[in-house]
Amino acid sequence: MAVEEQAAGKAVGMPQLDFATYPNQIFWLLVTLVVIYLVLNKVALPRISAVLAERQGTISNDIAAAEDLKQKAVEAEAAYNKALADARVEAARIVAETKAEIQKDLNVAIAKADAEIAAKAAESEKAIAEIRAGALEAVKVVAKDTAKEIVAVLGTKADAKTINAAVTARLKGGA
Amino acid sequence: MAVTGDLVQMGAYIGAGLACTGMGGAAVGVGHVVGNYISGALRNPSAAAGQTATMFIGIAFAEALGIFSFLVALLLMFAV
Amino acid sequence: MEQFIVKPLFGGHEINWYTPTNVTLWMALTIVCVLVLFVLGTRGRAIVPSRIQSLAELVYGFIYKMVEDVSGKDGAKYFPYIMTLFLYIVFANLLGLLPLSFTTTSHAAVTATMALMVFFFVTILGVVKNGIGFLSLFWISSAPLVLRPVLAIIEVISYFVRPVSHSIRLAGNMMAGHAVIKVFAGFAGVLGVGAVAPIFAISAVFALELLVAVIQAYVFVILACVYLRDALHPHH
Repeated sequence: MAVEEQAAGKAVGMPQLDFATYPNQIFWLLVTLVVIYLVLNKVALPRISAVLAERQGTISNDIAAAEDLKQKAVEAEAAYNKALADARVEAARIVAETKAEIQKDLNVAIAKADAEIAAKAAESEKAIAEIRAGALEAVKVVAKDTAKEIVAVLGTKADAKTINAAVTARLKGGA
Repeated sequence: MAVTGDLVQMGAYIGAGLACTGMGGAAVGVGHVVGNYISGALRNPSAAAGQTATMFIGIAFAEALGIFSFLVALLLMFAV
Repeated sequence: MEQFIVKPLFGGHEINWYTPTNVTLWMALTIVCVLVLFVLGTRGRAIVPSRIQSLAELVYGFIYKMVEDVSGKDGAKYFPYIMTLFLYIVFANLLGLLPLSFTTTSHAAVTATMALMVFFFVTILGVVKNGIGFLSLFWISSAPLVLRPVLAIIEVISYFVRPVSHSIRLAGNMMAGHAVIKVFAGFAGVLGVGAVAPIFAISAVFALELLVAVIQAYVFVILACVYLRDALHPHH
Protein backbone atom coordinates (compact mmCIF):
# COMPACT_ATOMS: atom_id res chain seq x y z
CA MET A 1 0.00 0.00 0.00
CA ALA A 2 2.68 2.42 1.10
CA VAL A 3 4.83 1.42 -1.86
CA GLU A 4 2.09 2.23 -4.33
CA GLU A 5 1.45 5.56 -2.72
CA GLN A 6 5.07 6.45 -2.81
CA ALA A 7 5.09 5.47 -6.44
CA ALA A 8 2.17 7.84 -6.99
CA GLY A 9 4.12 10.60 -5.34
CA LYS A 10 2.08 10.69 -2.14
CA ALA A 11 3.81 11.42 1.13
CA VAL A 12 0.96 10.47 3.50
CA GLY A 13 -0.61 7.11 4.12
CA MET A 14 -4.15 8.35 4.44
CA PRO A 15 -5.60 9.90 1.30
CA GLN A 16 -7.92 11.90 3.58
CA LEU A 17 -4.90 13.79 4.88
CA ASP A 18 -3.50 14.62 1.46
CA PHE A 19 -4.01 18.34 1.64
CA ALA A 20 -3.06 18.77 -2.02
CA THR A 21 -6.43 17.35 -3.03
CA TYR A 22 -8.44 19.58 -0.68
CA PRO A 23 -9.04 22.55 -3.01
CA ASN A 24 -10.17 20.18 -5.71
CA GLN A 25 -12.62 18.36 -3.45
CA ILE A 26 -13.96 21.52 -1.90
CA PHE A 27 -14.43 23.15 -5.29
CA TRP A 28 -16.35 20.21 -6.73
CA LEU A 29 -18.35 19.82 -3.53
CA LEU A 30 -19.47 23.43 -3.73
CA VAL A 31 -20.37 22.98 -7.40
CA THR A 32 -22.37 19.86 -6.56
CA LEU A 33 -24.18 21.43 -3.65
CA VAL A 34 -25.07 24.53 -5.66
CA VAL A 35 -26.37 22.39 -8.53
CA ILE A 36 -28.46 20.21 -6.20
CA TYR A 37 -29.74 23.29 -4.41
CA LEU A 38 -30.75 24.95 -7.66
CA VAL A 39 -32.41 21.80 -8.97
CA LEU A 40 -34.32 21.38 -5.71
CA ASN A 41 -35.24 24.99 -5.24
CA LYS A 42 -36.24 25.75 -8.81
CA VAL A 43 -37.84 22.50 -9.90
CA ALA A 44 -38.25 19.67 -7.44
CA LEU A 45 -39.45 21.17 -4.17
CA PRO A 46 -42.07 23.56 -5.62
CA ARG A 47 -43.33 20.71 -7.77
CA ILE A 48 -43.60 18.26 -4.88
CA SER A 49 -45.18 20.74 -2.53
CA ALA A 50 -47.65 21.69 -5.29
CA VAL A 51 -48.49 18.03 -5.85
CA LEU A 52 -48.90 17.44 -2.12
CA ALA A 53 -51.07 20.53 -1.74
CA GLU A 54 -53.12 19.50 -4.74
CA ARG A 55 -53.58 16.03 -3.35
CA GLN A 56 -54.54 17.46 0.01
CA GLY A 57 -57.01 19.71 -1.75
CA THR A 58 -58.44 16.86 -3.79
CA ILE A 59 -58.82 14.70 -0.72
CA SER A 60 -60.50 17.42 1.31
CA ASN A 61 -62.71 18.28 -1.68
CA ASP A 62 -63.72 14.67 -2.00
CA ILE A 63 -64.41 14.48 1.70
CA ALA A 64 -66.46 17.65 1.48
CA ALA A 65 -68.34 16.28 -1.52
CA ALA A 66 -69.01 13.04 0.35
CA GLU A 67 -70.21 15.06 3.32
CA ASP A 68 -72.44 17.06 0.99
CA LEU A 69 -73.90 13.94 -0.55
CA LYS A 70 -74.49 12.48 2.87
CA GLN A 71 -76.26 15.67 3.88
CA LYS A 72 -78.35 15.44 0.71
CA ALA A 73 -79.25 11.85 1.47
CA VAL A 74 -80.35 12.86 4.96
CA GLU A 75 -82.39 15.70 3.48
CA ALA A 76 -83.93 13.40 0.91
CA GLU A 77 -84.89 10.97 3.64
CA ALA A 78 -86.46 13.76 5.65
CA ALA A 79 -88.35 14.95 2.59
CA TYR A 80 -89.52 11.43 1.90
CA ASN A 81 -90.70 11.03 5.49
CA LYS A 82 -92.45 14.38 5.31
CA ALA A 83 -94.16 13.44 2.05
CA LEU A 84 -95.23 10.17 3.60
CA ALA A 85 -96.69 11.93 6.63
CA ASP A 86 -98.43 14.46 4.39
CA ALA A 87 -99.89 11.70 2.30
CA ARG A 88 -101.13 9.98 5.44
CA VAL A 89 -102.77 13.18 6.69
CA GLU A 90 -104.32 13.74 3.26
CA ALA A 91 -105.61 10.21 3.13
CA ALA A 92 -107.12 10.57 6.60
CA ARG A 93 -108.74 13.83 5.53
CA ILE A 94 -110.18 12.24 2.40
CA VAL A 95 -111.47 9.32 4.40
CA ALA A 96 -113.15 11.66 6.88
CA GLU A 97 -114.65 13.77 4.10
CA THR A 98 -115.96 10.78 2.27
CA LYS A 99 -117.38 9.43 5.45
CA ALA A 100 -119.14 12.71 6.18
CA GLU A 101 -120.52 12.87 2.64
CA ILE A 102 -121.80 9.35 2.83
CA GLN A 103 -123.33 10.12 6.21
CA LYS A 104 -125.06 13.16 4.73
CA ASP A 105 -126.42 11.19 1.80
CA LEU A 106 -127.48 8.51 4.16
CA ASN A 107 -129.24 11.01 6.39
CA VAL A 108 -131.04 12.49 3.42
CA ALA A 109 -132.07 9.08 2.19
CA ILE A 110 -133.24 8.10 5.66
CA ALA A 111 -135.24 11.30 6.02
CA LYS A 112 -136.82 10.76 2.62
CA ALA A 113 -137.65 7.21 3.45
CA ASP A 114 -139.10 8.32 6.77
CA ALA A 115 -141.25 10.90 5.02
CA GLU A 116 -142.44 8.36 2.51
CA ILE A 117 -143.19 5.90 5.21
CA ALA A 118 -145.11 8.56 7.16
CA ALA A 119 -147.10 9.49 4.04
CA LYS A 120 -147.90 5.88 3.35
CA ALA A 121 -148.92 5.35 6.96
CA ALA A 122 -151.22 8.37 6.82
CA GLU A 123 -152.76 7.10 3.65
CA SER A 124 -153.32 3.74 5.18
CA GLU A 125 -154.84 5.33 8.25
CA LYS A 126 -157.24 7.23 6.05
CA ALA A 127 -158.15 4.11 4.16
CA ILE A 128 -158.74 2.26 7.38
CA ALA A 129 -160.89 5.09 8.68
CA GLU A 130 -162.92 5.07 5.52
CA ILE A 131 -163.34 1.36 5.72
CA ARG A 132 -164.37 1.67 9.31
CA ALA A 133 -166.87 4.40 8.48
CA GLY A 134 -168.17 2.31 5.61
CA ALA A 135 -168.63 -0.62 7.95
CA LEU A 136 -170.49 1.51 10.50
CA GLU A 137 -172.81 2.76 7.82
CA ALA A 138 -173.41 -0.74 6.65
CA VAL A 139 -174.13 -1.88 10.20
CA LYS A 140 -176.71 0.93 10.48
CA VAL A 141 -178.40 -0.04 7.28
CA VAL A 142 -178.38 -3.70 8.19
CA ALA A 143 -179.71 -2.93 11.68
CA LYS A 144 -182.56 -0.81 10.28
CA ASP A 145 -183.42 -3.39 7.70
CA THR A 146 -183.27 -6.14 10.27
CA ALA A 147 -185.37 -4.10 12.69
CA LYS A 148 -188.02 -3.47 9.93
CA GLU A 149 -188.17 -7.14 9.08
CA ILE A 150 -188.43 -8.11 12.72
CA VAL A 151 -191.09 -5.56 13.30
CA ALA A 152 -192.93 -6.77 10.22
CA VAL A 153 -192.70 -10.35 11.30
CA LEU A 154 -194.10 -9.49 14.74
CA GLY A 155 -197.08 -8.10 12.93
CA THR A 156 -196.83 -4.69 14.18
CA LYS A 157 -197.27 -1.97 11.74
CA ALA A 158 -194.78 0.68 12.02
CA ASP A 159 -193.58 3.15 9.54
CA ALA A 160 -190.02 3.29 8.35
CA LYS A 161 -189.32 6.66 9.87
CA THR A 162 -189.95 5.61 13.37
CA ILE A 163 -187.97 2.45 13.08
CA ASN A 164 -185.03 4.32 11.65
CA ALA A 165 -185.13 6.84 14.43
CA ALA A 166 -185.28 4.12 17.05
CA VAL A 167 -182.42 2.17 15.61
CA THR A 168 -180.28 5.28 15.33
CA ALA A 169 -181.05 6.14 18.90
CA ARG A 170 -180.18 2.64 20.06
CA LEU A 171 -177.00 2.65 18.09
CA LYS A 172 -175.96 5.95 19.54
CA GLY A 173 -176.86 4.83 22.99
CA GLY A 174 -175.27 1.44 22.60
CA ALA A 175 -172.27 2.95 21.11
CA MET B 1 18.26 3.88 12.72
CA ALA B 2 16.32 0.99 11.33
CA VAL B 3 15.72 -0.28 14.83
CA THR B 4 14.38 3.09 15.94
CA GLY B 5 12.04 3.19 12.94
CA ASP B 6 10.76 -0.26 13.74
CA LEU B 7 10.25 0.74 17.34
CA VAL B 8 8.28 3.79 16.31
CA GLN B 9 6.14 1.70 13.99
CA MET B 10 5.60 -0.91 16.66
CA GLY B 11 4.54 1.78 19.10
CA ALA B 12 2.18 3.20 16.52
CA TYR B 13 0.58 -0.15 15.87
CA ILE B 14 0.21 -0.90 19.58
CA GLY B 15 -1.28 2.53 20.06
CA ALA B 16 -3.69 1.90 17.21
CA GLY B 17 -4.80 -1.33 18.81
CA LEU B 18 -5.27 0.39 22.15
CA ALA B 19 -7.21 3.20 20.54
CA CYS B 20 -9.64 0.68 19.13
CA THR B 21 -10.73 -0.21 22.69
CA GLY B 22 -12.37 3.18 22.73
CA MET B 23 -14.88 1.90 20.21
CA GLY B 24 -16.11 -0.54 22.83
CA GLY B 25 -17.05 2.44 24.97
CA ALA B 26 -19.02 3.87 22.08
CA ALA B 27 -20.78 0.54 21.68
CA VAL B 28 -21.73 0.57 25.36
CA GLY B 29 -22.94 4.15 24.99
CA VAL B 30 -25.06 3.44 21.94
CA GLY B 31 -26.51 0.34 23.56
CA HIS B 32 -27.35 2.35 26.66
CA VAL B 33 -29.09 5.05 24.67
CA VAL B 34 -31.17 2.63 22.62
CA GLY B 35 -31.93 0.37 25.57
CA ASN B 36 -33.19 3.25 27.65
CA TYR B 37 -35.17 4.53 24.71
CA ILE B 38 -36.87 1.18 24.28
CA SER B 39 -37.60 0.70 27.97
CA GLY B 40 -39.08 4.20 28.02
CA ALA B 41 -41.02 3.49 24.86
CA LEU B 42 -42.49 0.33 26.37
CA ARG B 43 -43.62 2.23 29.43
CA ASN B 44 -45.21 5.01 27.40
CA PRO B 45 -45.57 3.97 23.77
CA SER B 46 -47.57 7.06 22.86
CA ALA B 47 -44.63 9.34 23.63
CA ALA B 48 -42.10 7.14 21.84
CA ALA B 49 -42.63 8.41 18.32
CA GLY B 50 -41.81 11.98 19.31
CA GLN B 51 -38.50 11.00 20.85
CA THR B 52 -37.07 8.96 17.98
CA ALA B 53 -35.19 11.98 16.67
CA THR B 54 -33.78 12.64 20.12
CA MET B 55 -32.63 9.03 20.29
CA PHE B 56 -30.82 9.40 16.98
CA ILE B 57 -29.12 12.55 18.20
CA GLY B 58 -28.06 10.67 21.31
CA ILE B 59 -26.75 7.79 19.24
CA ALA B 60 -24.86 10.22 17.05
CA PHE B 61 -23.15 11.85 20.03
CA ALA B 62 -22.27 8.55 21.63
CA GLU B 63 -21.07 7.09 18.38
CA ALA B 64 -18.97 10.11 17.42
CA LEU B 65 -16.58 9.38 20.27
CA GLY B 66 -16.12 5.84 19.08
CA ILE B 67 -15.43 7.18 15.63
CA PHE B 68 -12.82 9.51 17.13
CA SER B 69 -10.97 6.57 18.64
CA PHE B 70 -11.17 4.76 15.33
CA LEU B 71 -9.78 7.84 13.68
CA VAL B 72 -6.91 7.96 16.12
CA ALA B 73 -6.20 4.34 15.29
CA LEU B 74 -6.20 5.09 11.59
CA LEU B 75 -3.95 8.08 12.06
CA LEU B 76 -1.50 5.99 14.05
CA MET B 77 -1.56 3.28 11.40
CA PHE B 78 -1.17 5.39 8.33
CA ALA B 79 -0.27 8.95 9.14
CA VAL B 80 2.34 8.77 11.88
CA MET C 1 -6.89 2.70 1.49
CA GLU C 2 -6.53 2.86 -2.31
CA GLN C 3 -10.27 3.27 -2.60
CA PHE C 4 -10.03 6.70 -1.01
CA ILE C 5 -7.31 8.08 -3.27
CA VAL C 6 -8.27 11.11 -5.31
CA LYS C 7 -7.16 10.61 -8.90
CA PRO C 8 -7.50 12.80 -11.96
CA LEU C 9 -10.07 11.34 -14.30
CA PHE C 10 -8.13 11.84 -17.51
CA GLY C 11 -4.64 10.76 -16.50
CA GLY C 12 -1.78 12.83 -15.16
CA HIS C 13 -0.77 13.42 -11.55
CA GLU C 14 -1.39 17.09 -11.17
CA ILE C 15 -4.47 17.89 -9.07
CA ASN C 16 -5.42 21.52 -9.34
CA TRP C 17 -8.61 22.87 -7.87
CA TYR C 18 -10.34 22.66 -11.26
CA THR C 19 -9.04 19.22 -12.31
CA PRO C 20 -11.89 16.78 -13.01
CA THR C 21 -11.15 13.91 -10.66
CA ASN C 22 -13.01 10.83 -9.45
CA VAL C 23 -14.47 13.19 -6.84
CA THR C 24 -16.05 15.09 -9.72
CA LEU C 25 -17.37 11.91 -11.28
CA TRP C 26 -19.05 10.58 -8.15
CA MET C 27 -20.42 13.94 -7.14
CA ALA C 28 -21.86 14.28 -10.63
CA LEU C 29 -23.49 10.88 -10.13
CA THR C 30 -25.15 12.10 -6.94
CA ILE C 31 -26.55 14.97 -8.98
CA VAL C 32 -27.81 12.44 -11.52
CA CYS C 33 -29.50 10.48 -8.72
CA VAL C 34 -31.16 13.59 -7.40
CA LEU C 35 -32.30 14.50 -10.90
CA VAL C 36 -33.72 11.03 -11.52
CA LEU C 37 -35.54 10.88 -8.22
CA PHE C 38 -36.77 14.43 -7.91
CA VAL C 39 -37.10 15.72 -11.45
CA LEU C 40 -37.71 12.69 -13.64
CA GLY C 41 -39.62 10.89 -10.90
CA THR C 42 -42.01 13.73 -10.19
CA ARG C 43 -42.41 14.61 -13.88
CA GLY C 44 -45.95 13.23 -13.93
CA ARG C 45 -47.15 15.50 -11.05
CA ALA C 46 -49.66 12.73 -10.48
CA ILE C 47 -52.34 12.97 -7.81
CA VAL C 48 -51.98 9.23 -7.41
CA PRO C 49 -48.17 8.98 -7.44
CA SER C 50 -46.04 6.48 -9.29
CA ARG C 51 -43.59 4.46 -7.21
CA ILE C 52 -40.64 6.74 -7.78
CA GLN C 53 -42.74 9.83 -7.20
CA SER C 54 -44.09 8.47 -3.94
CA LEU C 55 -40.51 7.77 -2.88
CA ALA C 56 -39.59 11.38 -3.62
CA GLU C 57 -42.66 12.56 -1.70
CA LEU C 58 -41.77 10.27 1.19
CA VAL C 59 -38.26 11.75 1.43
CA TYR C 60 -39.67 15.26 1.11
CA GLY C 61 -42.26 14.67 3.82
CA PHE C 62 -39.78 12.96 6.13
CA ILE C 63 -37.17 15.72 5.96
CA TYR C 64 -39.77 18.48 6.06
CA LYS C 65 -41.36 17.03 9.18
CA MET C 66 -37.94 16.59 10.79
CA VAL C 67 -36.96 20.21 10.08
CA GLU C 68 -40.26 21.43 11.45
CA ASP C 69 -40.14 19.21 14.54
CA VAL C 70 -36.54 19.93 15.45
CA SER C 71 -36.05 23.54 14.32
CA GLY C 72 -39.57 24.79 14.89
CA LYS C 73 -42.00 26.38 12.49
CA ASP C 74 -39.71 29.30 11.68
CA GLY C 75 -36.96 26.84 10.76
CA ALA C 76 -39.05 25.51 7.90
CA LYS C 77 -37.85 28.19 5.52
CA TYR C 78 -34.32 26.75 5.67
CA PHE C 79 -35.74 23.43 4.55
CA PRO C 80 -34.23 23.62 0.98
CA TYR C 81 -30.70 23.90 2.40
CA ILE C 82 -31.23 20.97 4.74
CA MET C 83 -32.78 18.97 1.92
CA THR C 84 -29.78 19.73 -0.31
CA LEU C 85 -27.37 18.48 2.34
CA PHE C 86 -29.44 15.39 3.05
CA LEU C 87 -29.82 14.36 -0.57
CA TYR C 88 -26.16 14.94 -1.36
CA ILE C 89 -24.98 12.95 1.66
CA VAL C 90 -27.42 10.10 1.33
CA PHE C 91 -26.71 9.57 -2.36
CA ALA C 92 -22.96 9.97 -1.91
CA ASN C 93 -23.07 7.39 0.90
CA LEU C 94 -25.18 4.93 -1.06
CA LEU C 95 -23.19 5.33 -4.26
CA GLY C 96 -20.05 4.78 -2.22
CA LEU C 97 -21.32 1.31 -1.34
CA LEU C 98 -21.16 0.22 -4.96
CA PRO C 99 -18.08 -1.90 -5.58
CA LEU C 100 -15.14 0.00 -7.12
CA SER C 101 -16.84 3.30 -6.37
CA PHE C 102 -15.37 6.33 -4.68
CA THR C 103 -17.03 7.63 -1.52
CA THR C 104 -16.88 11.40 -1.57
CA THR C 105 -18.30 11.67 1.93
CA SER C 106 -15.45 9.59 3.37
CA HIS C 107 -13.15 12.56 2.87
CA ALA C 108 -12.71 14.95 5.74
CA ALA C 109 -12.31 17.80 3.25
CA VAL C 110 -15.84 17.26 1.96
CA THR C 111 -17.55 16.70 5.30
CA ALA C 112 -15.58 19.47 7.00
CA THR C 113 -16.62 21.89 4.28
CA MET C 114 -20.26 21.00 4.81
CA ALA C 115 -19.94 21.12 8.59
CA LEU C 116 -18.23 24.51 8.41
CA MET C 117 -20.91 25.77 6.05
CA VAL C 118 -23.53 24.72 8.57
CA PHE C 119 -21.48 26.18 11.44
CA PHE C 120 -20.96 29.58 9.85
CA PHE C 121 -24.48 29.75 8.48
CA VAL C 122 -25.95 28.97 11.88
CA THR C 123 -23.64 31.29 13.80
CA ILE C 124 -24.21 34.23 11.46
CA LEU C 125 -27.94 33.55 11.45
CA GLY C 126 -27.99 33.43 15.24
CA VAL C 127 -26.11 36.71 15.58
CA VAL C 128 -28.28 38.41 12.94
CA LYS C 129 -31.54 37.15 14.43
CA ASN C 130 -30.77 37.61 18.12
CA GLY C 131 -27.90 40.11 18.19
CA ILE C 132 -26.04 39.98 21.48
CA GLY C 133 -28.80 37.78 22.89
CA PHE C 134 -27.26 34.91 20.94
CA LEU C 135 -24.62 34.70 23.67
CA SER C 136 -27.31 33.53 26.12
CA LEU C 137 -26.86 30.18 24.41
CA PHE C 138 -23.71 29.83 26.49
CA TRP C 139 -25.11 31.31 29.70
CA ILE C 140 -27.34 28.60 31.13
CA SER C 141 -29.76 30.53 33.29
CA SER C 142 -31.31 27.40 34.78
CA ALA C 143 -27.99 26.37 36.40
CA PRO C 144 -26.83 27.60 39.84
CA LEU C 145 -25.00 30.92 39.60
CA VAL C 146 -21.70 29.47 40.80
CA LEU C 147 -21.65 26.88 38.08
CA ARG C 148 -22.58 29.22 35.26
CA PRO C 149 -19.08 30.48 34.31
CA VAL C 150 -17.76 26.92 34.27
CA LEU C 151 -20.69 25.76 32.19
CA ALA C 152 -20.22 28.74 29.90
CA ILE C 153 -16.64 27.69 29.19
CA ILE C 154 -17.76 24.13 28.51
CA GLU C 155 -20.59 25.36 26.30
CA VAL C 156 -18.26 27.61 24.28
CA ILE C 157 -15.80 24.78 23.77
CA SER C 158 -18.53 22.38 22.78
CA TYR C 159 -19.94 24.99 20.42
CA PHE C 160 -16.65 25.30 18.58
CA VAL C 161 -16.06 21.55 18.58
CA ARG C 162 -19.39 21.06 16.84
CA PRO C 163 -18.09 21.32 13.25
CA VAL C 164 -15.25 18.93 14.10
CA SER C 165 -17.48 16.20 15.49
CA HIS C 166 -20.11 16.97 12.91
CA SER C 167 -17.72 16.35 10.03
CA ILE C 168 -15.55 13.61 11.50
CA ARG C 169 -18.63 11.58 12.43
CA LEU C 170 -19.75 11.31 8.84
CA ALA C 171 -16.33 10.84 7.29
CA GLY C 172 -15.29 8.42 10.03
CA ASN C 173 -18.42 6.31 9.67
CA MET C 174 -18.01 6.06 5.93
CA MET C 175 -14.32 5.34 6.13
CA ALA C 176 -14.77 2.82 8.94
CA GLY C 177 -17.43 0.87 7.09
CA HIS C 178 -15.39 0.68 3.93
CA ALA C 179 -12.25 -0.22 5.85
CA VAL C 180 -14.05 -3.04 7.67
CA ILE C 181 -15.37 -4.44 4.40
CA LYS C 182 -11.86 -4.14 3.00
CA VAL C 183 -10.42 -6.05 5.95
CA PHE C 184 -12.94 -8.87 5.57
CA ALA C 185 -12.30 -8.89 1.83
CA GLY C 186 -8.60 -9.30 2.64
CA PHE C 187 -9.46 -12.36 4.77
CA ALA C 188 -11.53 -13.73 1.91
CA GLY C 189 -8.59 -13.20 -0.42
CA VAL C 190 -6.29 -15.11 1.90
CA LEU C 191 -8.70 -18.01 2.40
CA GLY C 192 -9.45 -18.36 -1.29
CA VAL C 193 -12.40 -20.48 -2.42
CA GLY C 194 -13.39 -21.69 1.06
CA ALA C 195 -13.95 -18.19 2.38
CA VAL C 196 -17.53 -18.73 3.51
CA ALA C 197 -17.22 -16.91 6.80
CA PRO C 198 -15.61 -13.72 5.43
CA ILE C 199 -18.14 -13.56 2.61
CA PHE C 200 -20.97 -13.97 5.09
CA ALA C 201 -19.38 -11.28 7.25
CA ILE C 202 -19.01 -8.98 4.26
CA SER C 203 -22.70 -9.41 3.44
CA ALA C 204 -23.66 -8.62 7.02
CA VAL C 205 -21.39 -5.59 7.20
CA PHE C 206 -22.69 -4.42 3.83
CA ALA C 207 -26.25 -4.58 5.12
CA LEU C 208 -25.17 -2.67 8.21
CA GLU C 209 -23.43 -0.13 6.00
CA LEU C 210 -26.60 0.42 3.98
CA LEU C 211 -28.32 1.28 7.24
CA VAL C 212 -25.42 3.43 8.39
CA ALA C 213 -25.30 5.30 5.06
CA VAL C 214 -28.88 6.47 5.52
CA ILE C 215 -28.66 7.00 9.28
CA GLN C 216 -25.51 9.10 9.03
CA ALA C 217 -27.12 11.31 6.42
CA TYR C 218 -30.11 11.63 8.73
CA VAL C 219 -27.90 12.33 11.72
CA PHE C 220 -25.93 14.96 9.82
CA VAL C 221 -29.02 16.90 8.87
CA ILE C 222 -30.75 16.40 12.22
CA LEU C 223 -27.72 17.89 13.94
CA ALA C 224 -27.78 20.74 11.43
CA CYS C 225 -31.42 21.24 12.45
CA VAL C 226 -30.52 21.19 16.14
CA TYR C 227 -27.86 23.85 15.54
CA LEU C 228 -30.41 25.80 13.54
CA ARG C 229 -32.84 25.66 16.44
CA ASP C 230 -30.13 26.90 18.78
CA ALA C 231 -29.54 29.82 16.43
CA LEU C 232 -33.23 30.67 16.17
CA HIS C 233 -34.07 30.17 19.84
CA PRO C 234 -30.87 30.46 21.90
CA HIS C 235 -32.66 30.60 25.26
CA HIS C 236 -33.03 27.12 26.53
